[in-house]
Amino acid sequence: MTMTTTRAATIQRYGARLGTTGIVYCALVGVLVVGAILVSTAGRNFFSQGNIRDILTGMSVLGFVAIGEALVILCGSLDLSVPYVVSMSSLIAAEVMAGEPGNIGLAVLLALVFGAGVGLANGLIVTKLRVHGLIATLGVGLIIKGYLATQYKGTAGKVPWDFRLIGATGIGPVPISTLIMVATAVLVALFLRNTRTGNHMFAVGGNLAVSRLSGLRTSQPIVVAHVLCSTTAALAGLLLASRLGVGSPTVGSQGGYDLLAIAAVVLGGTLLVGGRGSIWGTLGGVAIFAVMDNVMSVIQLSPFLKDVVRGIVIVAAVAIYTGRAVEQRRARFATRKAGS
Amino acid sequence: MIQRTPGHRFARIGLTLISPRGAVFLLLFVLLVAITVINPHFAEPGQAIRFVQRVAPVAIVAIGQYFVIVSGEFDMSMGSLVTAQVVIAGNLVGQDDSRSIPVLLFMFAFGAAIGLVNGLITTLLRVPSFIVTLGMMLALLGGVLFWTGGSATGNPADGFRQIGRGGITGVPVLGIIPWSVLILGAVLAAAIWFSRQPFGRTLISTGDNLTTARYAGVRVWWVKTSAFMISSLSATVAGVLLVGYAGVHPSVGRGYEFIAITAVVLGGVALGGGRGWVVAAAAGAFALEALFTLLNFAGVPSTLRDAVQGVILILAVAYSSATFKRPGRLPSPKISPSPEKLPHPATDAVSTAPQSSSLSR
Repeated sequence: MTMTTTRAATIQRYGARLGTTGIVYCALVGVLVVGAILVSTAGRNFFSQGNIRDILTGMSVLGFVAIGEALVILCGSLDLSVPYVVSMSSLIAAEVMAGEPGNIGLAVLLALVFGAGVGLANGLIVTKLRVHGLIATLGVGLIIKGYLATQYKGTAGKVPWDFRLIGATGIGPVPISTLIMVATAVLVALFLRNTRTGNHMFAVGGNLAVSRLSGLRTSQPIVVAHVLCSTTAALAGLLLASRLGVGSPTVGSQGGYDLLAIAAVVLGGTLLVGGRGSIWGTLGGVAIFAVMDNVMSVIQLSPFLKDVVRGIVIVAAVAIYTGRAVEQRRARFATRKAGS
Repeated sequence: MIQRTPGHRFARIGLTLISPRGAVFLLLFVLLVAITVINPHFAEPGQAIRFVQRVAPVAIVAIGQYFVIVSGEFDMSMGSLVTAQVVIAGNLVGQDDSRSIPVLLFMFAFGAAIGLVNGLITTLLRVPSFIVTLGMMLALLGGVLFWTGGSATGNPADGFRQIGRGGITGVPVLGIIPWSVLILGAVLAAAIWFSRQPFGRTLISTGDNLTTARYAGVRVWWVKTSAFMISSLSATVAGVLLVGYAGVHPSVGRGYEFIAITAVVLGGVALGGGRGWVVAAAAGAFALEALFTLLNFAGVPSTLRDAVQGVILILAVAYSSATFKRPGRLPSPKISPSPEKLPHPATDAVSTAPQSSSLSR
């Protein structure tokens, strides 16, 4: 009797100390265990080097997009234009490179500038024209989509071998692309923690009115978040170009990166209304998706059932967090719309 | 109250037309005139009624989405649900007319169940509706495609398809009154009636300020769940119409959720809830479809439709947030709008703003 109560208390204490990010990684461990069991029933080794490599590769593209999306969501906005930025930047990269290794630097620069430009447009529409982030980025996404569909009939450009190595090589089982993605995550996490703009992102996302009354320039963090989000989306496009060897006008929308990234961010414990969340939680969410996808591919689940499982897992996982972690810790802010 | 002189009344109508709530009607009018200039046949009654028939499913979906958005939530699962219902109809009705009624009843029950699940997870488990309906969107489409093995086929009996395709023939001027136009009229009438009922008012006040609504004794979970059920049922109706109009195809409902959100937003309905008029949302659907028709007649390549839609969407919302300095209030003709001191209307989303007057029309 006493033992159980102390244990419950311990669990509660650890639960409180763990925070959402901790819960995300606990969930990841759970998914890994279930995945390993399922994969071994299919007669394969989950922890083989090849399989780990597959999972990490699967993480990298969604990871880039999700890091940027996490910043935007943290500010209380949304970005639905990422799939089209991904496609466009893959096309810019492949067309500028045109198979010449000498053009790589210029191509990467142009793709990133394009991403930053789209992000700037998004951010200015959200802050200056005061359009809801969902609508602004939906609109900008549609504009790029229209351009892509009009201008390109299929894949275009050619990526030189030197650049393709980024998508193809790795150190041991860890692909270079995943290392770049994790490095980006570290930079963004440091940015959030140590810079003024980074701190202001939390404030603006938490309560725009209060941050304004506290003397913050509220539009600056939102614009910066949008610029960074589209830039990381452009990075994802570059990575896809290096993997495919060509630029593709549909690679982004086929991947459904916008909605999956939002799901991964929320799965990682970031509030959809903004103001609270973390990059590391987001990476945990991305990892959960990557492991799930990998397991479902290995046990050869029908691709349609994959979507069913994904949908159920997204909702179930988020229900678990919102049920406890968020509410327990911030009773003071209970008046904020907890349900929406 | 102000004395109502005719001059006042005209001024008021004019103000309403340039206010976000009325601007959509002005936009629709301009678009329809532009179409008629390019293609005079469009104004003929027979053509016009065909246009309404084409808009009907979109408008019905937009009406459903209106109820969810005005209550402060999103429904992203509508497109998948439309597809699911179309596929269900295609597979279950078959060539047997006698099955039409039972399958129709089943479809409505299925739609209501989906809305119920969306609503209960959103309200009771407190998962953001964006995520709930996103999960539902993935699960529904995946489930339906798995059930049909990926290629949705099936050709429901003609009797069933007549709902979306046929109509009352031999009408003097129009030639034909399609059933879908009548259904749209009925849905719109029901929606207007609904939003004038205590239920509709409660829905808007819940979207405007959840906390005050709760203190006022609103059963928030039930109100929001009902909104989700209305939206799922409207997706079901749109599915029934599309079976006849577009046939059975796994991508028939693709993107309907975004089209519906676009239409609702064009109608001046505020995302985040608490403000908006259902008729304007339906007019938003008409304006959107009129825009596509205009681009079509003007010879703009269909691939650019998306780009134009994007531009219009941003401009429309930018216009409405520039005009709506205060929630739900028309700019008064007497007091010139002074530069705000505590501005950034984006803060209006924070529920400290004064009670919206959008309840009174």
